[in-house]
Amino acid sequence: MKAPRFEYRAATSVAHATELLAEYDGDAKVLAGGQSLVPLLNFRLSNPAALVDINGLGELGGHRLGADELHVGAVCRHREIERDPQIAARCPAIADAVAQIGHVAIRNRGTVVGSIAHADPAAEWPGLAMLLDAQFTARAVQGERTIAAGAFFDGFLSTVLDPTEVITAVTFPLPPVASGSAWIEFARRHGDFALVGVGAVIECADESITSARIVVTGVSDTPVRVAAAERVLHGAQPGEALFAEAGRVVATQVDPISDIHGDATYRRRLAQVLTRRALAVAADRAA
Amino acid sequence: MTATDRGHRDEWVGRSVPRKEDLPLVTGHGRYVADIQLPGTAEVAFLRSPMAHARITGIDVSAALAGEGVVTVVTGADIRATVLPFTRFVDQEFTPPGLERAAHPVILPCPMPVLASERVRYVGEPVVAVVAADRALAEDAVALVDVTYEALPVVVDPVLAVQSGSPLVHDDITDNVQATFEVRAGDVDAAFAAAPHVERFNYETQRQAASPMETRGVLAVHTDVTDETTVWTSSQTPYMVRTRISEQLGIAEESIRVVVPDMGGGFGPKVQVYPEEVLLAHLARTLGRPVRWIEDRSEHMIATAHSRDQRHTVEVAFDDSGLITAIRDDFLMDAGAYNPFSITCAYNSAVHFRSVYQVPHFQVRGRCVLTNKTPNGPYRGCGRPEATFAMDRAVYQIARLLGLDPVEVMARNLIPADAMPYPRGMPYRDGQEVVYDCGDFPAALAQLRALSGYDEHARARQAQPTSTAVTRRGIGFASYIEGTGIGPYEGAVVMLDSLGRVVVRSGSAPHGQSHDTTMSQVAADVFGLNPDQIIFSAGDTSLVPNGIGTFASRSAVVAGSAVLLAGRRLEQRVRAIASELLEISAEDLVVDAGYVHVRGDATSRVSLADVYRAALPGPQARIPGGTEPGTRELQYFVPPTVTFGAGFLAATVSVDLETGGVVVERIDIIHDCGRMINPVVVEGQLQGGILQGIGGALYESVVYDENGQPLTTTFMDYLLPTSAEVPEIRQIHLATTSDRNPLGVKGVGEAGAIAPPAAIANAVADALRPLEVELNRLPLSPPTVIEAITRAQR
Repeated sequence: MKAPRFEYRAATSVAHATELLAEYDGDAKVLAGGQSLVPLLNFRLSNPAALVDINGLGELGGHRLGADELHVGAVCRHREIERDPQIAARCPAIADAVAQIGHVAIRNRGTVVGSIAHADPAAEWPGLAMLLDAQFTARAVQGERTIAAGAFFDGFLSTVLDPTEVITAVTFPLPPVASGSAWIEFARRHGDFALVGVGAVIECADESITSARIVVTGVSDTPVRVAAAERVLHGAQPGEALFAEAGRVVATQVDPISDIHGDATYRRRLAQVLTRRALAVAADRAA
Repeated sequence: MTATDRGHRDEWVGRSVPRKEDLPLVTGHGRYVADIQLPGTAEVAFLRSPMAHARITGIDVSAALAGEGVVTVVTGADIRATVLPFTRFVDQEFTPPGLERAAHPVILPCPMPVLASERVRYVGEPVVAVVAADRALAEDAVALVDVTYEALPVVVDPVLAVQSGSPLVHDDITDNVQATFEVRAGDVDAAFAAAPHVERFNYETQRQAASPMETRGVLAVHTDVTDETTVWTSSQTPYMVRTRISEQLGIAEESIRVVVPDMGGGFGPKVQVYPEEVLLAHLARTLGRPVRWIEDRSEHMIATAHSRDQRHTVEVAFDDSGLITAIRDDFLMDAGAYNPFSITCAYNSAVHFRSVYQVPHFQVRGRCVLTNKTPNGPYRGCGRPEATFAMDRAVYQIARLLGLDPVEVMARNLIPADAMPYPRGMPYRDGQEVVYDCGDFPAALAQLRALSGYDEHARARQAQPTSTAVTRRGIGFASYIEGTGIGPYEGAVVMLDSLGRVVVRSGSAPHGQSHDTTMSQVAADVFGLNPDQIIFSAGDTSLVPNGIGTFASRSAVVAGSAVLLAGRRLEQRVRAIASELLEISAEDLVVDAGYVHVRGDATSRVSLADVYRAALPGPQARIPGGTEPGTRELQYFVPPTVTFGAGFLAATVSVDLETGGVVVERIDIIHDCGRMINPVVVEGQLQGGILQGIGGALYESVVYDENGQPLTTTFMDYLLPTSAEVPEIRQIHLATTSDRNPLGVKGVGEAGAIAPPAAIANAVADALRPLEVELNRLPLSPPTVIEAITRAQR
């Protein structure tokens, strides 16, 4: 199929991009990597009056790894993050996850921020954003605001972002150096959207867990933090039995959908198994 | 006289010559239908039925006609008087007497409209064609067409479709069984009565979409001056396209030229002739400008034939040693809403069911059942993967019941080498008695067993029968047999051009099979040339007067033999003409390197260009008496019947007991495809087929909901294996020369695709031992594997 007719507008600055979005009053879409947007257009599932192309905006490119945070611009590609060995060393969950986004050709083109703004509940970056409590910087002609990941996703492919806003950057606070993190997912084929993904961060002191975070993707209309399972881990001694228990708690806390690739029972089972496995890897890396 | 003296060398045939096709294709110089630009071309988009079954109560095209850039909008009513529906399908026209006598096929007509005007029978059926200045505008206008439907009851499940009271897909086919046959060999009832054990199993192979990388596409143009309609189409059967257009538009085949340019794969679904091909020829003739339709992928998933989709109920009679004495098989094929191929795939399942095994008594009934789904046609293997899945799963299951090693049970049932040629007591689809012309099955299985490391694997398990590992490894075996090189014929023209070059034209066109390379190897040996010096072309009905097509593992056998025979005939003629020029007996002449020279004296010679000129018509012509002028030979090869390829395949898998995930680690195959023209081409064919077999085993499934709505219309939901899913593949080639064609070859195009689903299912069963899992439905998706494990643990 061919896309329905739309206007193509190339933004010359961030301010210009916001002006264009305002000009179409919510009927324009921001074009970054186009990995999700272009198929939606070609299937005629999306019918915007205009695309506002931000790929030419140099100030939105690149990423910066600080001592405590990772800053990613709006047109930074997945592959750029994947190829930074310092990120993998500092927060392996990110590297685990990014390597499982589509295939290399997709990672060469798709953007971190685009994935977050598209808000697919099975995607890696929205899950990582929830796992690490990321902060998004959103700009409109009226000004700039910061949105926390926990308040950003409000449904299937849906966020609190106003259609006249553009996310210019995302900041991922990084867990302490001594912590361990992991991202494990299960997909039917290499590069597919995961049926279920689990991210985990564990901090330990004196043989017991001082902090734990668990995020599960693919089991709800947004990625979900599973606080009940995190509570099981706090103060406990890391080990297979404990991680299995956390997995069982996750299974009771998620309410996945059924589709042709797996029913709710199967996805719940995956959430349980992958939670145990992710915690084991994270704990191993923390040690 | 040596072979070389006769001009029949073995210099190129048998060598892994690099493919002549590769350079243009890998450098972006391929030319597919969508690459052909004709000025003034209008683009076609189709409105397809969104309903699985409905009566059409109204079609309003007025808004669409007023749409921007719209040239015309065509409905079924508009073409009723000028374009006939599809009424003649494969096998409906002619059932060979041998098949008629043995199988008593009943095949009922179910005509298929070019555009549905009264009733739609599946989601995707074409209803309205919009012609516009470009494809985007045509799609805009499609959205403006207003069709009103009155929903009819839908039948999706073929098992329910044959029950009384089911909705009818075609009103005059009152049980939805469009085609059926029954065939038997031996005394089945007596064998069952005498059998120590009888078991019944059910096997189901899912609906698949072959998914060639290039979808279908048609470009048609009519030239008034010559009154010729030229149709470029991505088809495996250009001659059948020509015939259908001729019959359905009422114009002579001589006024139609069908051209198949480069093709991005076929795999079976492009064997059929489709409404779009006939309609575009009609539109080109009536509009007076070129028209083009390029199928998009989501359209392809509903508008192009699906395949497989069989349900077998198998009864097996066997003794304590696992020797199978008799099998009864009763199966349904979900044919979809129309059944262009009638019993083609189903009868293939029947005739190949017993594979490499003796099974002396055998009875099978096949029924092709209509449902409200996209029509079902051939896909690489064409009925054989379905049968092999049932047969080789059954071998494994009876081995488990008896507590025997399944590979031992396979071996016990094999046809021994000294029994070849081996008659099977039933006819092939061509009506001829099935007689296997194969080699040594027991030796082949033993060789594969050694290669696969099965015995070490089995010993290791014996040492530690209960594992606690989450990931388990298994090795599974399966077999296959394949009648290849089916007729009725294929043709070739071999000729000299005015420069004295050897030109080969084939009626069978390639879409990945390497015809250019392999047929050039055949011709090169005849003329003492390098394959690069042979000029090959195919895929154009103006090149060879008649042809059949490229499918059913037949091109090397049938078209390759035609090239050899036409080449030999031209070589004799060339020597005869040279004999006139050199005034030496043709027996003493040798054709080599572009010249004809006297044996033992390479300086007494004439060039092939000299020969070409000498054979031109006129008083100066130096041609053998009683022959027509020219250096062009057309020859058709009519094979006596098929020739049988066979093999065994072993899959090594690992299974994650917690997720149900299956990873194919390695595929080992041993196969016999007769004499190999080009081993690297053979290896490529096997690799591609094996990967498609893995897709059928683990990933692919066309899914419909209970309303007949397709749920798998993109590659996000229809899961093809990708290059990332390719395991290590090891191949052992055997070569039992066929005596059913002059090249001694057997077909190999489908060979790789047949055994993987059975072998992988057997490997998963092996990995999960000592659990006794039921793995009798494909694909083995992770949830299915978990379900099977859970059931077995209860």
